[in-house]
Amino acid sequence: MNLLRLTAVEALKHMGEGTLSSVELTEAYLSQIARHDGDVSAYLKVTGDSARNEAAAIDAKKGDRAHLAGLPTAIKDVLCTEGITTTCASKILENYEPIYTATCVRQLMDAGIVTLGKTNMDEFAMGSSTENSAYGPTRNPWDLGRVPGGSSGGSAAAVAAGEAIWALGSDTGGSIRQPAAFCGVVGLKPTYGSVSRYGLIAFASSFDQVGPITKNVMDAALMMQFLVGKDPLDSTSVVYPSEIPLPVERDLSGIRMGIVKELVGEGIDPGVMTVFNEAVEKLKAAGAVIGEASLPHSEYALPAYYILAPAEASANLARFDGVRYGLRAGETNDITEMYEQTRSLGFGEEVKRRIMLGTYALSSGYYEAYYGQAQKVRTLIVQNFEQALEQFDLLISPTTPTTAFGLGEKTDDPLTMYKSDICTIPVNLAGLPAISIPAGLSEGLPVGFQIIGQAFTAPKLLQAAYSAELAFGFDKVSPLIEGRDQDGI
Amino acid sequence: MVSHDDVKYVARLARLRVEEDDLEMYSGQLSSILNHIDKISELDLADVEPTSHVLKLSNIFREDVSRPGISKENALANGPSVENDAFRVPAILEG
Repeated sequence: MNLLRLTAVEALKHMGEGTLSSVELTEAYLSQIARHDGDVSAYLKVTGDSARNEAAAIDAKKGDRAHLAGLPTAIKDVLCTEGITTTCASKILENYEPIYTATCVRQLMDAGIVTLGKTNMDEFAMGSSTENSAYGPTRNPWDLGRVPGGSSGGSAAAVAAGEAIWALGSDTGGSIRQPAAFCGVVGLKPTYGSVSRYGLIAFASSFDQVGPITKNVMDAALMMQFLVGKDPLDSTSVVYPSEIPLPVERDLSGIRMGIVKELVGEGIDPGVMTVFNEAVEKLKAAGAVIGEASLPHSEYALPAYYILAPAEASANLARFDGVRYGLRAGETNDITEMYEQTRSLGFGEEVKRRIMLGTYALSSGYYEAYYGQAQKVRTLIVQNFEQALEQFDLLISPTTPTTAFGLGEKTDDPLTMYKSDICTIPVNLAGLPAISIPAGLSEGLPVGFQIIGQAFTAPKLLQAAYSAELAFGFDKVSPLIEGRDQDGI
Repeated sequence: MVSHDDVKYVARLARLRVEEDDLEMYSGQLSSILNHIDKISELDLADVEPTSHVLKLSNIFREDVSRPGISKENALANGPSVENDAFRVPAILEG
């Protein structure tokens, strides 16, 4: 049995039957981390000792097992974990030890997960390559010269490298789906409001949503069962309107899927389109009714997002002032001086850029021209999706315009970097759920296939994604796991 | 175009400091991003309502029940400068 290839659902079955212990499973992942994370840098902190203790305690416990007992889990460092340093990949939070745990993490912990550690990310979740981490970039397990995507690049790389059985990410403009696509794993952004944001360090509060990064769709459904729920500590969270069952083997007969025509044209890499088109044929063969959908205002989504998200960020990040937590710089008697020195030393370039962009868009004289107009564009995008989803059950597109790009390739030009999220950002403006599943390889690199659903219909989305996954038959894993096969684990 | 002075002004509003050497980089990058953003001005948005939030929620109330707050020790635990059970900051009033 190759423990690194087991999915969460399979591992639970083996552990439940007593053919696998939590300690064995956790040790397999910790040894993979020891072997490869020096190269991959998926983790900012590995909590090996406490993981071993947690696993041993689960094995020692008599009676019924908790639902997720013993699953070695990676947590994006944007989520607060009591007593475990949480940096958000920023220098300004270098030594920050939260005094509470994020609700979504707490729910998984209560269900029995083993915490392997905290994963690398773009600082404050701002970025698409994990190169904006103050602690150095994460590398793509498929090709160490390439980025894993971002901002949840560490979580996606950890799952792809066999360094976690599954992971938590967060998605503001594509930060779960884009890295999942680049790393050949599954990533789900839930409907806004499904998962509590309490303890999620805020980037853009009207967009941020936590979700699973997993080896397959089944595991994403399993984790979702334990993530959703109304939390009194996040007043935008809601009672999920239905159960989220695990998907079952079924074809796609009668499911109407609309290819978003604006997201398959110009600007999408031909190699990505080839894999996408082949995948669409497989969906047709599985019974899906495929048509053409349109989001006529999608070209305005990126501009609107880059006003709204930085505007919200500029307000959210005002809290990092060197007073209550985090770094304080400067021996000065002037408080404004202290703020400026602290924030200039503590924030990286991209974070400063977005704070300035957001501050500019909200400043006197520009507010209506930028922020006010962008909010109206958001309305148009919401309406575009409503109309398209009247015609179709689900919308489909590539997750990203290219496969994983090289390290350093886009760092000099922020706008080019931003454009790697053109297929994912419209979804966040409308708050809808969307999943990325691997559809194939282009020149040896994974290509993600995005499926978008109506608000609060995770069961339908996950069922269709599961059927699509079966139709695609993608069973490749990164060389870091493939290599372990030859070791005969 | 975002001028050097604009960058300095915005940085000041955001309590950031931008080094002279970086002004050119930020003014160029912010200009190119805003240039892309200006695409929005093509649209006639006069009759469109703004969306600030996708969930149609307003005024979420809860029962006014007392519950434990965080302890003084916890509240101060991450303070970079703490003195006499308080966060120490540079003086903000003359005196």
